[in-house]
Amino acid sequence: MTLLQVQDLCVTLNTAHGPQEVISHINFSMDAGEKLGIVGESGCGKSITALALMSLLPLDSQTKGKIILGGQDILKLDSRKICSIRGNRIGMIFQEPMTALNPVKQIGAQISESIYLHLKLNRKQTLERVTELMDKVGLPVSRFGLNLYPHQLSGGQRQRVMIAMAIACNPDILIADEPTTALDVTVQEQILDLIRELADSSGMALIMISHDLGVIAQTTQSVMVMYTGNSVEMGSTVDVFQNMLHPYTYGLFSAIPHVGSSALPGRKRLSSIPGQVPELHLRPEGCNFVDRCSRASKMCKAKKPMATRVSDHHQVWCYHPLSREDKR
Amino acid sequence: MFSTLAEVLRHGLKNRSFVIGGTISLLFFLIAFLSYFWTPYPVEDINIAEKLLIPGAKYLLGTDHFGRDILSMLIQGARNSVIVAFVAIGIGIGCGVPLGLMAAAKKGWIDELIMRFNDLTFAFPALISAIMITAILGPGSVNSIIAIGIFNVPVFARVARGAALSIWKREFILAARSAGKGPFRISVEHILPNISSMLIVQATIQFALGILAEAGLSYLGLGTQPPMPSWGKMLNEAQTFMHFAPQLAIYPGLAIALTVMGLNLFGDGLRDVLDPKLRRGR
Amino acid sequence: MRIFLAKRVFTLLLTLLVATLVVFVVLEILPGDPAAVMLGINAETDTLNALREELGLNRPVWVRYASWVADLVTGNLGISYTYDVPVSELILSRIIVSFPLALLAMTLSTLIAIPLGVIAASNHNKPMDFLVMSFSQIGIAIPNFWFAMLLTLLFSVTLRLLPAGGFAGWDAGIVPVLKSFLLPTIALALPQAAILARVTRSALLEVLQEDFIRTARAKGITNQGALWKHALRNALIPVVTIMGLQFSFLLAGTIIIENVFYLPGIGRLIFQAISQRDLIVVKNLVILLSGAVIMINFMVDLLYAFIDPRLREGEDV
Repeated sequence: MTLLQVQDLCVTLNTAHGPQEVISHINFSMDAGEKLGIVGESGCGKSITALALMSLLPLDSQTKGKIILGGQDILKLDSRKICSIRGNRIGMIFQEPMTALNPVKQIGAQISESIYLHLKLNRKQTLERVTELMDKVGLPVSRFGLNLYPHQLSGGQRQRVMIAMAIACNPDILIADEPTTALDVTVQEQILDLIRELADSSGMALIMISHDLGVIAQTTQSVMVMYTGNSVEMGSTVDVFQNMLHPYTYGLFSAIPHVGSSALPGRKRLSSIPGQVPELHLRPEGCNFVDRCSRASKMCKAKKPMATRVSDHHQVWCYHPLSREDKR
Repeated sequence: MFSTLAEVLRHGLKNRSFVIGGTISLLFFLIAFLSYFWTPYPVEDINIAEKLLIPGAKYLLGTDHFGRDILSMLIQGARNSVIVAFVAIGIGIGCGVPLGLMAAAKKGWIDELIMRFNDLTFAFPALISAIMITAILGPGSVNSIIAIGIFNVPVFARVARGAALSIWKREFILAARSAGKGPFRISVEHILPNISSMLIVQATIQFALGILAEAGLSYLGLGTQPPMPSWGKMLNEAQTFMHFAPQLAIYPGLAIALTVMGLNLFGDGLRDVLDPKLRRGR
Repeated sequence: MRIFLAKRVFTLLLTLLVATLVVFVVLEILPGDPAAVMLGINAETDTLNALREELGLNRPVWVRYASWVADLVTGNLGISYTYDVPVSELILSRIIVSFPLALLAMTLSTLIAIPLGVIAASNHNKPMDFLVMSFSQIGIAIPNFWFAMLLTLLFSVTLRLLPAGGFAGWDAGIVPVLKSFLLPTIALALPQAAILARVTRSALLEVLQEDFIRTARAKGITNQGALWKHALRNALIPVVTIMGLQFSFLLAGTIIIENVFYLPGIGRLIFQAISQRDLIVVKNLVILLSGAVIMINFMVDLLYAFIDPRLREGEDV
């Protein structure tokens, strides 16, 4: 059952160089309980896409397209209705747990806020629910009092609090925007496991945003690869990871250092994608990847490629997608 | 330096506060400068016969209780305010900035000492201490300059220290230190140019405050002494005549308010122009 | 928490001590001969010597300092040279004018400024914001004694509604007292309110940029809700700082305002004492006022810890 449908989403932001379109024609859909990853390097528009879903973009931005959640286009809703969706039907956790919590409010109060707001439970019920949530995220109240302040917790613990806040009202979708990037490596695993378990046990859909292919591999069933504001490849995680079609995706994977026998044959040096990400206001007419792609042709320079459906769960936006031989 | 000045002007002219404030401030300085060469009437001229006239053709803004032309007094008063406020800032920057730089460069107990000293000076209500100083040293413009200047020192020290601390963290400073440059050289060659915009903005604010302070001291009789006109003193004298010559109270006050507002607006505009480049560095 | 408190109290006492030192040096050492200052240039040697004996100026410096501090601690503020009454009595008779005035001005200023600051911040870049900012600009630029004069011109001279000055005395009843306080309070409060409104606005605007505000909105809290429930308390910290500073501005303001309105308060006392060269009064009054300012700053520090739990643990955040 389709839960979320994003159609032709375009977002224009006001920059120092005037209004720029930062994401263009993003299309994807999610079923209930599905786990979708959005991967790409910094600046490719992953976070903007997430913020667009939450209607948290800056006031002077423009959003076009449709975001259909449970039959309603949430882009057309007034602010009161959007507020009733945020935190309630869609929850979001952010990258920087250090700054994302209010330093002068107790964590118990911060978690219960959305419960009061959306579920309208009474004090006792709210307290029970908060206790339950703290347990669920691995911060049992016996050890972590609800009257603690954020600065008394570690980064990983604060992230758990954020997760508790985001799932407090049992949302249909949980968006995790680089939830582990700012955490220690050892803690990252724990948090990712936690997120995955929570999604599995509650049937919540998950959108995992990361630049780390490993994170995507661990937590998602489908993935969308983004580059400079466009989708370049989309499909089931297994498919995309094993049979990548877009040169950019291939480049991403090649850039992962391999150790020992799993190294790709003939590879001695770390490979990187030549060139640089084009600046917002200097994006080319045709495919954005054209200046860095070894397969670029005249067609690529002239016009942006449309989606080519390769299989049921695999699409690519490229005129010259890779074949098996190309990946030797 | 020249290119940045042109740049500042270019960006500034697009900023409303900069333009309005800058025009008023410029006007103020021009008038003060003008006073050295010409005033409609000499301010020392006491002409009891023509006292307390309302504004008219002969005396554009009327005369005071000694028959002195108000317009001329305002013009010279501008000069007085400029000089006092300006030298006071000089004292503030001259003493405060080195202190602040030193505190940021050395940290440790020097920093603590300077900050405590700062706090202490903030603890003494400015006017009270200015009154103390002028009480001991006697009234007059020089002493009010000293008193106001002493109050600018901790302000500039604090601003310089704060700005310097954030520059010290930057990487190019690390590079300079690795090259073997000592803290004094770094402070002068690298830190100072980078904090100069903040100091300039603060200077415009302190200048405006200096004008207010000078007016306050003169109002109380502790500042500039006659025959040099001072806007504050004019207000003090106007108070006695409020019932039959209210205009005496209006003009000097208006002069003060407009000048200070102009300077504040200019400072705001200047900060807007200079600051975006600063803010991102933080 | 206890360490925090202990440190603060220690700093407080140290600052007070240094303050006494500064006042002592400036008012007793610097002038050279306090007796000469008090009596004037033309005083005869005999009178000078008599005064020096009386004031104990012939004792060594550190003895004079120590006995002065000891006197201060026990509440003995000396006898006024001009009026021949204990300084403490003098101060008491004036404080009952200045203190209520300062309190009223502080209250009025806060009541005007904070709501204005909040309104400006929530309507950022809209007409209301510009209105508040303009009010603030004007308020900051107007010298408070001029404003006082304008108020007097309007309400006393032209409209004859309120007294132009003077204090009816507490015995006269609450209404005449309030009438004499009304214009001075407004004159004192308005410039302070202008500064405070500005600070409130910019503090709020800064806090509204923080990450946790975005988190709050992601939970479904409205913009207004985020402002009141999350931003305001965080913005209070710089606001409270300024309010603490304002106390000393207020003190300075009362000196001028009491002179404009002929109110028999502390401000006028200090002024008269200086004109009369009554160094005893000046010295003790100055240390008293500075002590009050230092105490207020101390309490503001404590207030920080109350508002921002990060400061409670002690040193490091």
